[in-house]
Amino acid sequence: MKMKKSGLLLSGLATALLTMVAPTAQAAWALNMTQGISAISRNIYSLHMMVFWVCVVLAVLVFGVMIYSLVRFRKSQGAVPDTSLVHNTKAEIIWTAIPIAILVVMAVPATRTLIETDDATKTELTIRVTGYQWKWGYEYVGSGVTVLSTLDRDSNLARQLGSGIDPNSVPNYLLNVDHPLVVPADTKVRLLLSAQDVIHSWWVPALAIKKDAIPGFVNEAWFKIDAANTGLYRGQCAELCGRDHGFMPIVIDVRSKADFEAWLRTQKALQQPAEAAAPANAAPAGAAPASAANAAAAVRAAPARS
Amino acid sequence: MAYTETADAHDHHDHPPAGIWRWLSTTNHKDIGTLYLVFSCIMFFVGGLMAMVIRLELFKPGMQFVDPAFFNSMTTVHALAMIFGAVMPAWVGLANWMIPLQVGAPDMALPRMNNFSFWLLPFAFTLLLIGFFVPGGAPAGGWTLYPPLVLQGGDSFPMAIFAIHLMGASSIMGAINVIVTIMNMRAPGITLLRMPLFVWTWLITAYLLILVMPVLAGSVTMLLTDHFFGTSFFSASGGGDPVMFQHIFWFFGHPEVYILILPAFGIVSEVIPTFSRKPLFGYEAMVYATASIAFLSFIVWAHHMFTVGMPLAGELFFMLSTMLIAIPTGVKVFNWTATMWRGSLSFEPPMLFALAFLFLFTIGGFSGLMLAIAPADFQYQDTYFVVAHFHYVLVPGAIFGIMAGVYYWLPKWTGHMYSQALGKWHFWLSAIFVNVLFFPQHFLGLAGMPRRIPDYATQFADWNMVSSLGGFGFGLSQLLFPILIWKCIRGGEKAPNQVWEGAHGLEWEVPSPAPYHTWQDPPTPAQIAHGAEH
Repeated sequence: MKMKKSGLLLSGLATALLTMVAPTAQAAWALNMTQGISAISRNIYSLHMMVFWVCVVLAVLVFGVMIYSLVRFRKSQGAVPDTSLVHNTKAEIIWTAIPIAILVVMAVPATRTLIETDDATKTELTIRVTGYQWKWGYEYVGSGVTVLSTLDRDSNLARQLGSGIDPNSVPNYLLNVDHPLVVPADTKVRLLLSAQDVIHSWWVPALAIKKDAIPGFVNEAWFKIDAANTGLYRGQCAELCGRDHGFMPIVIDVRSKADFEAWLRTQKALQQPAEAAAPANAAPAGAAPASAANAAAAVRAAPARS
Repeated sequence: MAYTETADAHDHHDHPPAGIWRWLSTTNHKDIGTLYLVFSCIMFFVGGLMAMVIRLELFKPGMQFVDPAFFNSMTTVHALAMIFGAVMPAWVGLANWMIPLQVGAPDMALPRMNNFSFWLLPFAFTLLLIGFFVPGGAPAGGWTLYPPLVLQGGDSFPMAIFAIHLMGASSIMGAINVIVTIMNMRAPGITLLRMPLFVWTWLITAYLLILVMPVLAGSVTMLLTDHFFGTSFFSASGGGDPVMFQHIFWFFGHPEVYILILPAFGIVSEVIPTFSRKPLFGYEAMVYATASIAFLSFIVWAHHMFTVGMPLAGELFFMLSTMLIAIPTGVKVFNWTATMWRGSLSFEPPMLFALAFLFLFTIGGFSGLMLAIAPADFQYQDTYFVVAHFHYVLVPGAIFGIMAGVYYWLPKWTGHMYSQALGKWHFWLSAIFVNVLFFPQHFLGLAGMPRRIPDYATQFADWNMVSSLGGFGFGLSQLLFPILIWKCIRGGEKAPNQVWEGAHGLEWEVPSPAPYHTWQDPPTPAQIAHGAEH
């Protein structure tokens, strides 16, 4: 009887392992996390895989012994209990010491990666990220360019209760925004995260960054995307933030350094008159330039890389 | 033994009042245990119904059935109902029934407080559930109650806070009762290191409860004053700190998860030896491992907050301290395995549930180890990977532990054997569907699906459908449980004193069903020797 369940479990695990080899990051039936588009995200991915394999090996050993006991020591097969086996100092020391050694082996690379993620020095560009119920605001520090990023119109129509629109007919359903965050590749970018109302969390799996945006606090994160990895990458708010928590996605549009500079110059030119007319009002400030940014974004009319 | 005559002699002139008054006024540990267990079962189905709504809405992409705000209420109240309404009262119910029987005490030490601590619960949960019918709807800010979001709640906000106060008061009284009973009312000869593991794990759990429930009460009181009395404990604009709430909450919340699981360790430590016909391997190591886990539970809380923006030193400390938990937990798993080694195993329903616990809780332990790795947790935090992890430790962990306990002791309570076939059906359906329900959630989380969302991108559709089907199957198969219990109460083969061949312990020295009063006279040395497990 027991065999059956364990068999089920193992075959499930085997299927999982098998499919993990295939690089199907965002596809249906996906099983594993993305390797991402930066050195840090790849470090985190390999850390994840290392701990996963350690767990798999331990599971095979521990479950193996359990299953062996279940089969070998059945009363129905005439097993006689050895009631004197209640203590064995040597075994107990071994199965305390080995896990300690394994933990140390895991802790070293984990600590190294953690220290790396924490090093937000020498950044070349700073972007302020502000969470609102339920959209994201971005401000390129220094240039004054702002972007307000909300769920795209098609997704928003389709996601209404009883809309009658098939989500499968909407490209990048719930993962598309009107104005993505445009960022340069091959540049160390610093994010300063905060929120206006409640706590949000800014998460882009491809960057392996998830950082809470907290009202009254400024959190820091950084990324440096490989030069080759231009394109669109998607994420979502990861901290419950009220009714429409599920409907404030994040899209980053990674461009080459030169393309980004050009984009920023255009945006600055477009937004300057607006800023002069309606000075320093954080939340609505994005609203006016948004339409301008929209025009710029429309040029790139991005079919999602997903 | 000579037990039966003395018990009968007491029973003749001491029977409970009839009707509802018996249950309202009872100070009998068995009656109160029954009340707790019945209440827990009701809340299990109330919370389960909410889980069904969640899985129904998530069956396919697009919003089909409920408003997102109502969906948030579902996840919030599902968690509160399951944690505070189903699992904790089930443990207190089992403690009430079994601790006096197992330590040879005539009742709990503080019987009137025992009655009060139970009867607070129906009021607490009425207050919580009425929230669905007041302006603003039921609490929808998550069971973790993070401000500032929770402060946006409607009229149900103060009701939920008051409900949590009542639950906390009830838990603290229950815990005091358990500690006083174990410390003062053990029969002569039952030394601390001769107590059954269920008593040990409950003793440690009770200390955890006393230490952390006041912390929860304090934090929710601060929320209340922030909302109504102009304080700004958690509001940055008034000089407060929203992150401080999370630290305080998880200082309660992490020990709380051990409150939910430690008694299950105790039950599994009784069931596996019984059906392996062999004493528990490494009894003392088990006690010390439980105590170590309890200690560690106080210094790991911020691993729930790795993305909150802590300094590097904080992240490192909480990562390393969390990894340490793997060591005593590993000792427990190895000891249970060694208990089965060279045993003589049979697979009655309590053993089946204990074995499923052993396998599936271990899977939850592995994902817990992965979650401890702070940089990797940046990817796991607040995704379905976390949902899968804590449901693995709470459903096939805590709840299968409760079921193992109920299947183990039910004949002792009712005096009847239950249908083993029905019990096995319940087990196999639960064990299969719980994996169909929760295993795919690991994949969803890794593929990038956040938790607590009512709708999702289409690439998550396949596994969500599988998970929902598993959820409906799991929910339906739970209906077998009350049916089996009801049939067992109504009749069945007469259960002997020692229900299971390999069982040891004082509870098997009294008749089945256990008389209304037991151990009026302490157990004799012969009974203690006969019941001794080690």
